[in-house]
Amino acid sequence: MADHPRVIVVGGGLAGLAATVRVAEAGVPVDLFSMVPVKRSHSVCAQGGINACNTVARQQGYSEWQHMDETLLGGDFLNHQPPVFEMTHWAPKIIDLLDRMGVPFNRTKEGFRDLRLFGGSIFKRTHFAGASTGQQLLYALDEQTRRYEAEGKVNKHEFWEFLWPVIDDNGHCKGIVAQDMRTMEMKALRADAVVMATGGCGMLYGKSTMSVICTGGAASRCYQAGAWLGNPEMIQVHPTAIPGEDKCRLMSESARGEGGRVWVPRKKGDDRKPADIPEDERWYFLEEKYPKYGNLVPRDIATREIFFVCQDGYGISGGNMVYLDITHLPMETKNKLAAILEIYEKFTGDDPRFTPMKIFPAVHYSMGGLYSTYTAVDDARGMVSGAHNNMMTNIPGLYAFGEVNYAYHGATRLGANALLSCIFDGLFCGLSVANYVRDGVAHEQSAGQAPDSLFQKYVDQEQAKVERLIANDGQNNPYEIWREMGEEMIASATVVKTEDRLNQAYTKINELKEQFKSIKLSDTGTWTNQNLSFSRAVGDMLKYAETILAGSIARKESRGSHYRLDYPKRIDDPFHKTTLVKYNAAEDKPEITWEDIPLPLVPLRDRSYGKVEAAAEKDEKKEEATSV
Amino acid sequence: MIASSPPKTFILKIKRSLGEGKPSHWESFEVPIRPSMNIISALQYVAANPVTTDGKNVEPVVWDAGCLEEVCGACTMVINGHVRQSCSCLVAENLQDGNTITLEPMSKFPVVRDLWVDRQRMFDNLKKIHGWVPIDGTHDLGAGPTETQEEQEQRYAYSRCMTCGCCLEACPQFTKDNDFKGAQVFAQIEYFNSHATGKELAAERLDVIMEPGGITDCGNSQNCVKVCPKELPLLDAIASLGRKTTVHAVKRFFSGKK
Ligand SMILES: Cc1cc2nc3c(=O)[nH]c(=O)nc-3n(C[C@H](O)[C@H](O)[C@H](O)COP(=O)(O)OP(=O)(O)OC[C@H]3O[C@@H](n4cnc5c(N)ncnc54)[C@H](O)[C@@H]3O)c2cc1C
Ligand code: SF4
Ligand code: SF4
Ligand code: FES
Repeated sequence: MADHPRVIVVGGGLAGLAATVRVAEAGVPVDLFSMVPVKRSHSVCAQGGINACNTVARQQGYSEWQHMDETLLGGDFLNHQPPVFEMTHWAPKIIDLLDRMGVPFNRTKEGFRDLRLFGGSIFKRTHFAGASTGQQLLYALDEQTRRYEAEGKVNKHEFWEFLWPVIDDNGHCKGIVAQDMRTMEMKALRADAVVMATGGCGMLYGKSTMSVICTGGAASRCYQAGAWLGNPEMIQVHPTAIPGEDKCRLMSESARGEGGRVWVPRKKGDDRKPADIPEDERWYFLEEKYPKYGNLVPRDIATREIFFVCQDGYGISGGNMVYLDITHLPMETKNKLAAILEIYEKFTGDDPRFTPMKIFPAVHYSMGGLYSTYTAVDDARGMVSGAHNNMMTNIPGLYAFGEVNYAYHGATRLGANALLSCIFDGLFCGLSVANYVRDGVAHEQSAGQAPDSLFQKYVDQEQAKVERLIANDGQNNPYEIWREMGEEMIASATVVKTEDRLNQAYTKINELKEQFKSIKLSDTGTWTNQNLSFSRAVGDMLKYAETILAGSIARKESRGSHYRLDYPKRIDDPFHKTTLVKYNAAEDKPEITWEDIPLPLVPLRDRSYGKVEAAAEKDEKKEEATSV
Repeated sequence: MIASSPPKTFILKIKRSLGEGKPSHWESFEVPIRPSMNIISALQYVAANPVTTDGKNVEPVVWDAGCLEEVCGACTMVINGHVRQSCSCLVAENLQDGNTITLEPMSKFPVVRDLWVDRQRMFDNLKKIHGWVPIDGTHDLGAGPTETQEEQEQRYAYSRCMTCGCCLEACPQFTKDNDFKGAQVFAQIEYFNSHATGKELAAERLDVIMEPGGITDCGNSQNCVKVCPKELPLLDAIASLGRKTTVHAVKRFFSGKK
């Protein structure tokens, strides 16, 4: 086998495609794996936009530094500062590049890129293409990938599922084992570096705003193979989604960014039609409590306020819903939101242009994920370009990019920062991957030289797993286990958490793990067996769910999206630390350690977003001075 | 009251097969109706309870899905004889003869299994037409070309194509074994050719649809535009390419290329 360095990218969302383009451009061939045609990856769902400091905002006093500061404050300082510095300072270049690739960004009258307001900032810094920004960005990267594919530099393996990383005796990653979801053929493929860009894990909550492929199965497999997780307990619950049978469909933050208002009737259980409720009988509770940010406070805060308002009985008709109202906006603004308004109309039958939408929070994003490292520049203002370890996991040669990477968003992600972090990972850290495989450092043996037996061992392991699943003649239905896991996780580890409920869930998940050992597949065939693939993922989701609960139990404080009723305050000593979760294979359970987070650029500060009832006036001022 | 109350269950009748060229058969499943239920949730129910109406335990039905909100294009199938996305298809609005819904795989693409078809041809065609903007590289070279709001709106309309294939399923010219490119490809050529840098490859793209299977094979039946879920201006694209290929042919003739 020719010994030219090769790279495998697992995942063809924004992160995976950006990485593929960058690595291929550097002259290193890429094998790209995805469970779906990459153009159908979950990133298409992103609606609202992508953040970057820009010419207009800059002249109003905004800066990359402030974008960084907002991201750190949003993340409640659980994010490392040099990577966030680098990402926010790169952001304007990324927008320019996407613009050159042909993304149809909305335009101003003069033909410049238009901007909208998003949560966590009072400056317009969000670039957008209608209300389908993620789709447009993904297509642009898909097109560039296709170009390299046509040139023979990228080899796509679509409808292939990643099963396990191949790790040699030195502990280095040398490839993967994967399975064709149609023919069920299994094989190992060699590579000198593997980039995991497999997205989030919303499916383990049963229903979320994510696509059906976002199981977290791939991340869980890496974890079981020895990769560490960082902050898995940090799960974002988005304030505004449309509850549905099969999925909670997102109503993007852009609806509020364009002027949408959240309210409930002031009178509990008021049954009048929303249009019949006069202005002074409506309670715009976010605007009232957070006069400065109003409806655009960060997501964890908006989510909790909506949740508590409903718990207190103020939800629409006493239930779990509040109004998100855009009916007062001018038609021109409504048109900019057409793509998301259509979703609401299609799935509920009501036209939100004329009737306020009914929404409730839903699981949306995983800030935590595979733990990764980086090399900071001397003054900590950024990462060293091309350093081998940028966003590499603890396993040499195994990288984590995009939502599966824990690095950038700390305890809460700000709206429109995810698309940025995905593309930034691919482009900036893609060079690190290319350098790592080209320099050949740390490879006692290249993937091409590694013995066949190494790869065969892992194929055998995965084949044995499949045979066990198929031969299993138990009584449990994997779909039923999945449903129970989802219900348990929603009830215990979302908007508010308590020790008792978390412990109860931990026990339950362990029971489900036991039940999983005696499942029965309804399809035992060897052709396009989705039942097998799903069931295997359920087993892996259970192990990932366990880490979310373990992290939630261990973190006895409240920070960002992690809100403990029994510990409602942020407690920096000892919890201003990364939750590191390692898999204990012998006992099949997670083990937690803590890692310090240096604060080289911005000191810790309170995160009140100028809340009126809670924050003293001096907090308000402090916030004004540092963050605005 | 009781007589007019909606049915509690409905019958999902599904055309099944183990793949292209294999025999197919119909199977029916009884599914409880829940408020605002879509076809995907009905299929999820069948996946968890794969028992037919005559009580037979069968292998669960295979289908393709992703976003569940009609932006990825994956879940396209033929529902009650009409091609559309199954995620945005509500059960209550589509019950036939009171309580049945039929599902079939798309007929213009090879079946992988049951409702899942292989649409690789659409992606391959994007490669043939050089479906990308030929940028110099990913380095920082400043902003792209400015464009007017009107130009952006036109391009945005084309960029929403989710490669679902509805337009091809409905097109009388597009068959499994011919080489007709179809409306999806025409629209994407128009999209790339209307970008300031994308234009660089305009001639190559037009060449592709001046071959057999190209724009002149379009019978102008306009079925495509009626079924496109993203309402792409497909007829505009076809008309525009008709004009441009004519001009291009003349140019080619005088440059002695053919
Ligand atoms: C409804 C919604 C709206 C959003 N809106 C915004 C927004 O406006 N702005 C913003 O910044 N962010 C937004 N986000 C977040 C953002 O969309 C995601 O974080 C981001 O798209 C994730 O991209 P990714 O590349 O990491 O992964 P994904 O796009 O999820 O792609 C994952 C890839 O991995 C592959 N994969 C997964 N498992 C395997 C396996 N086992 N084997 C092989 N391949 C595998 C999949 O096939 C896929 O190609 C939104 C999210 C949602 C749910
Ligand atoms: S106009 Fe008719 S023949 Fe032409 S692409 Fe559309 S459906 Fe096909
Ligand atoms: S043009 Fe419309 S119908 Fe055809 S593939 Fe694109 S979105 Fe689907
Ligand atoms: S699942 Fe994506 S379009 Fe239906």
